[in-house]
Amino acid sequence: MIKLIGIIIVVLGFALKLDPIGTVIIAIVTTGLAAGQDIVGIMELLGKTFVANRYMCLFIIILPAVGLLERNGLSIVASNVIRKIKSSTPSKIITIYGLMRTFFAALNVNFGGVASFTKPIIYPMAAASLENRGIRLSSKDRDSLKGLSAAQENISWFFGQVLFVAGPGVILVKSSLDNAGFKVEPIEAVKAEIPVIFLTILVTAIYMYIVSNRIISKYNRESLLHNKAEADE
Amino acid sequence: MSEILLETIYHVCGLILIYISIKTLMDKDHSSRIGTFIFWACLGTVVGFGKWLPPVISGALVILMCVMVMLKRVKAGNVAKTGESYTKKIADEIGYRIFIPAIAIGLVTICVAIFTKLGALVGLGIGTFLSAIITVLMTGDKTISYLTEGRRTIETVGPISILTMLLATLGTVFSTMGVGDIITEGATKVIPQGNILIGVIVYVVAMALFSMLMGNAFAAFSVITIGIGLPFVIKLGLNPNVIGILGLTSGFCGTLMTPMAANYNVVPVAILEMKDRYGVIKKQIPVAIIMLLFHIILMKIMG
Repeated sequence: MIKLIGIIIVVLGFALKLDPIGTVIIAIVTTGLAAGQDIVGIMELLGKTFVANRYMCLFIIILPAVGLLERNGLSIVASNVIRKIKSSTPSKIITIYGLMRTFFAALNVNFGGVASFTKPIIYPMAAASLENRGIRLSSKDRDSLKGLSAAQENISWFFGQVLFVAGPGVILVKSSLDNAGFKVEPIEAVKAEIPVIFLTILVTAIYMYIVSNRIISKYNRESLLHNKAEADE
Repeated sequence: MSEILLETIYHVCGLILIYISIKTLMDKDHSSRIGTFIFWACLGTVVGFGKWLPPVISGALVILMCVMVMLKRVKAGNVAKTGESYTKKIADEIGYRIFIPAIAIGLVTICVAIFTKLGALVGLGIGTFLSAIITVLMTGDKTISYLTEGRRTIETVGPISILTMLLATLGTVFSTMGVGDIITEGATKVIPQGNILIGVIVYVVAMALFSMLMGNAFAAFSVITIGIGLPFVIKLGLNPNVIGILGLTSGFCGTLMTPMAANYNVVPVAILEMKDRYGVIKKQIPVAIIMLLFHIILMKIMG
């Protein structure tokens, strides 16, 4: 049971919103010690997996290029596109991006990403579609739009890539179940996943519509009250 | 060839981080000069040159970074934000052409991944450099802006940038200790087998929960499918083609709800400069829970 101490540390640390880096490193060290490793062994494992997983921080290399693009007007130009389309709403923009992302993911193409797409293009477009309507967004609503854009990004990428027959998801399912003696046919598996993708797109689109409409109607109400107050005077 | 190029990209990445650390050291007004310098210098060394170091040294550097973070000694420096007037002026001049270098990042990545044997990561490296070169040529911006903007944007993300790699280590530690086996053993003892609906619910929920714990549905899949999916669902005669893949995507619903999946749920919060650390997760939870219910229903009727 002592082996589960790492889980308790992580769950408590994240639930209490403690510093995540501190939480995880303490969980690694305690779990290692509980399993009878010495500190040198733990450092070795840490160094080895950190270096082996360096690809996970390659977004660092995207950031300077995107920063340069933003400095040279990318987000402004992206907002200008949306200003020309008066009927646009955050949910329409985010959902269209989601469909595109899912489509490419199904072809095993990772086109998109928070650093290179959501931040400099999709979020500014979503915000501009509200500013079009004369809305001055509060920072809380800005964060809400950022959260929705990132959520769409993740959902589309996760579920979309399962549609690729030779993708890592399908291969994992096949190899695990084949080894256990239950044959899996990749095409059949992908077919079974189609209703899931369909429902995911539908549920996400409705959800985006509801949240984005709630923001729009909140501001509409405010401006109505404001106009009424002015008329009363 | 691919290996060498990838390693070169890591070198460049490391050098950018080391540039940040040196800039920090030279910044006399920095509110936490030494701690911040140590953090970025260590990260630059491990990311850029970790292949050449003995693992124990890399591990020691990682622990040193974490200590700096825990002591709250890593802070963003004073990098002047680009004036709005400059950005507006360029936006008017260049207009839609700025989309060319923006799209280039993704397009080059894809082309390299499809048409060469170099792999997507090398493509990503080439794509970002090409994008930066096109931007500078098109706008006449100074080359140093690449590094200045790099420092500003990377410092905005800050120490969270290492969380994903730490979690990968934690995942490895959990797996080698057989945490999954302990959990599935407990579940099989407590929950009755033989009822398809109960079996399906247990499997779907277990996939989601264990994916939340590991931060990764792929890591959860084989443990939970062999430990719970087989005895509770598949051995009752349900179709493995359906159960397996739906089990995996049940795990994805869990991944959407956990800070353990830092690269999807926590790092974006920092990149997007949001206030609430769980701002992305909170927006994903409603969709994830509804989809979990649909997974149970679909598994029951299609399986």
